Formats: sequence, structure tokens, C-alpha cells
Amino acid sequence: MRAETLTQEAPLRQHKKKVNIAKRRQYAAAYALSMPFMVMFALMIAVPLFYAGYLSFFKKQLIGGVSFVGMDNYVRALTDPSFLGGVGRMALFLVIQVPIMLGLSLLFALILDSGMLRLQRFIRLGVFLPYAIPSVIATLMWGYLYGKDFGPFAQLAKALGLPAPDFLAGGNVLFSIMNIVTWGFVGYNMIVMYAALRSIPAELYEAARVDGASEWRLAWSIKIPAIRGALLLTTIFSVIGSFQLFNEPNLLRVIAPAAIGQDYTPNMYAFQLSFVNQDSNYAAAIAFLLGIVIMAVSYVVQLTANRKERAS
Amino acid sequence: MKKDTKLAFWTWVPDIQKEVDLFQAKYPAVKVEVVNVGQGGAHYQKLRAAIQAGKGAPDVVQMEFDKLPSFTLTDSLLDLTPYGIGELKSDYPGWVWGGVTPGGKGIYGVPQDTGPMGMLYREDLFTAAGLTVPKTWDEFAAAVTAYRGKNASSMLTNWAPSSEANMLALFWQAGGRPFSFDGAKNVKINLTGDAACKKVTAYWNDLFKSGNIGNEPDFADAWYQGLNNGKYAAWLTGAWGPVFLQGTAKSTAGKWRVAPLPQWDSSSPASGNYGGSTDAVLKSSQNPIAAAMLARFVNTDEKAALTLANEQFLFPPSTKTLNNPAFADASASFYGGQKVNKQFTDISATVQEGFQFLPFNDYAASSYDKTMGKAIGDRGDLNAALSAWQDDLVQYAKGQGFTVAS
Repeated sequence: MRAETLTQEAPLRQHKKKVNIAKRRQYAAAYALSMPFMVMFALMIAVPLFYAGYLSFFKKQLIGGVSFVGMDNYVRALTDPSFLGGVGRMALFLVIQVPIMLGLSLLFALILDSGMLRLQRFIRLGVFLPYAIPSVIATLMWGYLYGKDFGPFAQLAKALGLPAPDFLAGGNVLFSIMNIVTWGFVGYNMIVMYAALRSIPAELYEAARVDGASEWRLAWSIKIPAIRGALLLTTIFSVIGSFQLFNEPNLLRVIAPAAIGQDYTPNMYAFQLSFVNQDSNYAAAIAFLLGIVIMAVSYVVQLTANRKERAS
Repeated sequence: MKKDTKLAFWTWVPDIQKEVDLFQAKYPAVKVEVVNVGQGGAHYQKLRAAIQAGKGAPDVVQMEFDKLPSFTLTDSLLDLTPYGIGELKSDYPGWVWGGVTPGGKGIYGVPQDTGPMGMLYREDLFTAAGLTVPKTWDEFAAAVTAYRGKNASSMLTNWAPSSEANMLALFWQAGGRPFSFDGAKNVKINLTGDAACKKVTAYWNDLFKSGNIGNEPDFADAWYQGLNNGKYAAWLTGAWGPVFLQGTAKSTAGKWRVAPLPQWDSSSPASGNYGGSTDAVLKSSQNPIAAAMLARFVNTDEKAALTLANEQFLFPPSTKTLNNPAFADASASFYGGQKVNKQFTDISATVQEGFQFLPFNDYAASSYDKTMGKAIGDRGDLNAALSAWQDDLVQYAKGQGFTVAS
């Protein structure tokens, strides 16, 4: 019995072995090919991340040097009005700016996709162009436009005998920043959505038209549900982008120092802590907490999207 | 100095290569590499990073007076006493020398330029408003009101929100000495207990509240415009201001004049210092002798010092250069032929000794921005902001392990 089974199994096993070798080779190739990425990922992301995490459990004083403090930096951050205020401000930014921006992007994408527009390419490029302008340049430009003395809006108001609008006053400046970011990113999000729209099979439209659906109905019932993936992607990117806001407020600070504090956004605060206060340990803790906030919010967004999908 | 040596020199002084070339002509064996890693904040961030990394730091480095104590605190600068820099002491006014010997121990830099404060003003606008040059702060406040009364769209002057260095110079002038540091772990922070600081703060609080002076950020577009188009008729600034203004407000050439700051006590004229740099040698330098020579040469060699003063327009710290006719007798057409250098030389002699900066002046400046600066921007309560600034600094100092006295 024993011998029999052995002889019977032998060719099978050999076959298996061959498969295994082939598979193993494939695996090896897969690992070899992804190695450059893995190495770069480890060196540029994983190692610094772990190092930052390590740093966040210490405290360095100008007098007295370095000491281990456990979770102290995190506890401090959770009661730090500068950090909490920044996160709150970015949450407000998110709730107002992201829907407006994505709404506009979707509208432009749908209009372009409908094919009912003349100069389509020109308009597509025109909406996209601001994204190609570095945010630093864009902010300097808008900073000039917002100017209270010689900005064009102020000039226009003056010509009409109205008081010049103060875009950089404490209560307005968040909206002025929203405007800059929206201006910069509508085109980018539009292109992502537009690309998704182009991949919807045309038969669906034909069928719907045969059923007598209007363009509006087409957009609402076919196009938007079909690009759900792209919408989710752009939403999550926008969530991350909002919480990481840095360039725009940091540059506008030069012309509106009273309205934009150094702790205006969590990233600005971390930068300030690290390079001005010389407290990079606490800055590392802030950066980690911000990362956790972003992950949590992104997760909630994804969860709600999935739940909706299941419900529909 | 005959051995082949390489030195790295970090500075943002434009065209400093001119002085370095003079140095190399004299010491051909020493090769100096001049690097501009950025101005102000960027410069110090990179310097700190290099010091922490333990490599890549330069041998000689530009170091502003108000930053110097924060680098002696971390023991990063070389004491130049053994390199004979002490013999230069008599060439400088006491307050300049005090700036490179924080806490009175050691010599940590060779002075490069200074910024004793004066007042630049538009003579034409003053005349049109029927004003004479205010000699005291009381007269200045009256002039602010009178000027505004005659000009709906123009103000006598502007004072920026992010102005710690500028404000400290006014405290300095008034005799305020809010800070000190013993070089070890003891700091004094006494903004609210210092009568002069309180007096100056209350004075400016009233000016801002009146709405008759500007509160615009300086060195920004709108501010440059303001100096050009007559929105502001005066600028209280350091000795480096006249040349800067000349490049910024070209269209107003010939209309500006220079005067001393208004005084608290006109019987004993005083001023404070706003800005200015030294060249320091880092402790990590492998060639400290050559590095110390470089720092000394570019700032004190007669030709180099005159070039810095007359071609790069750094206001000279040394009394030798200040009194050199090639510098002192120059007249400036932008200022209607006035001898601007001579004016500021006289002002420099009125700056009093004993003012110290905190060993964490970066933080002090950013803390100023969020307390005093915010109050200036909002025309809020500057007196309360002074207390808030004091409290914030004390809290930071204690958190950093200093023993704080007030």
C-alpha cells in the first residue's frame, strides 16, 4: 500500500514541484521588480516615519538636553489650543471648500462630457491651467489681487465710490484662502472626473436615450453613479490636501500677519515648533496626530460612501 | 596663514566677494568659498541643521547681533579672545562691542554693520502740512495728529505688526533693559516690570488707537507703494534704511531728509539699535586661525571696511570707518545733499550700552508677532499684549529649562 501510493504520487509531486518552481520564479521576479520601490519606500518614508515616531516620545530642552517623556507630547497636543484650533479651522475649511470645489469640478466635467460645447479643448485647458501654476506663485498673485490699496478689486470699489473690501481681514481670510485653493484645484479634479466619464460605455447612453431620458437624467442616473470611484478618490485627496494646507496661508501671512497666526494650520504650527521654537520632538507628535486625524476622516468618508453604495 | 587652507563662509551680504578677494590677495594660500544659503530665517535654519548634523557647517558665518546669544547658548561659536580680536575693542562704541560679548564673557564675532535708529522723513510733505521736525516724542504724537488732520489719505508714519527688532530698539532708546542672560541657565524677562518698556508700549498704544498712524506689514508690496506715493511721510528705521529707501522709493528722490529719533529726554539724546550683523567663527572649524583672520579682515581691513560701507552700503560699526572722511563726508542727492552718513554717525554715538537679547530671540520674535503684533494689526490693547508677551516668554523659558527671573 505504502509503496503503491508513493509511486502513484511521485509524478504528481514532480508536477507540483515544476509548478512551484515556475511560481517561485515569478514571485522572485515580482519581488525583484518591486524592489526599487520597496527600497525607496523604506528609505524615504518608512525610516523617517519611524524616526519621527521615536522622536515624538522625547523632549529636548535648550537647557538640560534630551529626556524620555513617554506620551507627554501627545497629551500636551490634545490640550493645546494652537493645535486644536488649527485642526478645527481645517475642518471648517474642508466642510465648506471641498463640496464647492468638487461640485464645480463635476459640473465642468459633465458639461465637457456632454459634447455640447464649442471650443471644448480650449475651455478644458483653460480650467486646468491654474493647476499648472505652482501654489506659491498663485498665492503671490492672489495676494496682489486681494490688496487693499492697489488690488484691482479695491480699485474697482474705489471707482464706484464703495469702501474697498478687505479680503485679508481676520474673518475673511479663510474664505480668501478657500478661493485660491478652489481656483487651483478645480481643473485637476475636473480632469480626473472627465477621464472617468469618458470610460463609460456609450451604449448605456444610447439605451437611455431610446427610453427618452434627458441630458439631465443621463447625468444624474448614469454618469454620476458610474464615476463614483473617481468622486471618492477626489474627495479623499481633497480631505488630505485640506488638512495639510501650508503654502497659501504661510505666504499670505507676510501681508496679513495679524489675521494669520503661525499656528493657523496644523502644518504651519508643526513647522513653527520645529524651526522657530526648536522643539522638533513636539512637532513630531503634532505631525503624527495630524496623520491620525487625516486617516480617521478619510476612513469615515470611505465608509459613508460604501454604505451608500450598499443601500442603493 | 601660508599653509593651504580651505574656508567656507556663509553670508548673504551682496558682493562680499569683493572683500574676500582682498583677503585672498593678501593670503593666497587660503581659499575661501562664499556661500549664500538664504537670508535671515533660512540662513539660521540651515546653520542649525548643519551644526546638529555635525558636518557641513561653515567656518565663518554671518551672525546678526540679536541671534548671536542663541548660538553661544548652544556652544556653537568660537571664543575669539585667543585669536587677538580683543585688541579691536577700542575701535568700537561700547554698545557695539557689547553685542559680540554677550554676558560679558568671551568675544564671539567681529562686528560687520549696525543700525542705530533715526527718522527718515519727507521734507516736502512736512512743509505742506506746516510741521517742523518733532524733537521729542510728545511733539511727534502732536505731529501725527496734526498731519492726519490735513491729509485724509496720508499718515505721518507706519509701524508694522511683525516688528520685534524694531520695537526692541525703541525700548533700548528709552532705557529699557527687559532681558538678560548670564551665559549659563539664568535669564531675566521683565517686559512688564521695566518702566521704559511700559512707557513706550503705552505711547504706541495711543497712536494706534487714534487711527492716525498706519499698521501695515513692512517690506511688503503695499508698504513699498506707501513709501513711494506719499502715503507715509516718515519712516523710523536703522542706519541701513537710507540706502534701502533710495532703492525702493526712487520716484521720491530729493524729497527725503534724515533726523534723529524723537527723544524722551531732549537734554540727553539717545537711540537704539535696529539690525546689524557680525561675522562669527564656528567652534567646529578645522582652521580656526585662518577663519578668525577672515572674519577680522573683511570687516576691519581699511580698504575692505570702506568698500563694505561705501559700495555695499553696510553702516559701519567701527569708529575708524565712521570717522573716515571717505565715508563721513559723502552727501546724498536722494536726501537733498544731506550728509546722511554723518547724521547716523552722530546718532550711533548716542546709543547706550547694556541692552541684551534673549538666547532664544527667534522664539521671542514669533511670540511678539502673536501677542504685540496681533494687537498692532487689530489696533487692540497693546498694554495687555505686552503682558501676554511677557507671560508667553516666561512660560517658554521655563519649559526649556531656564531659571527665570523678572
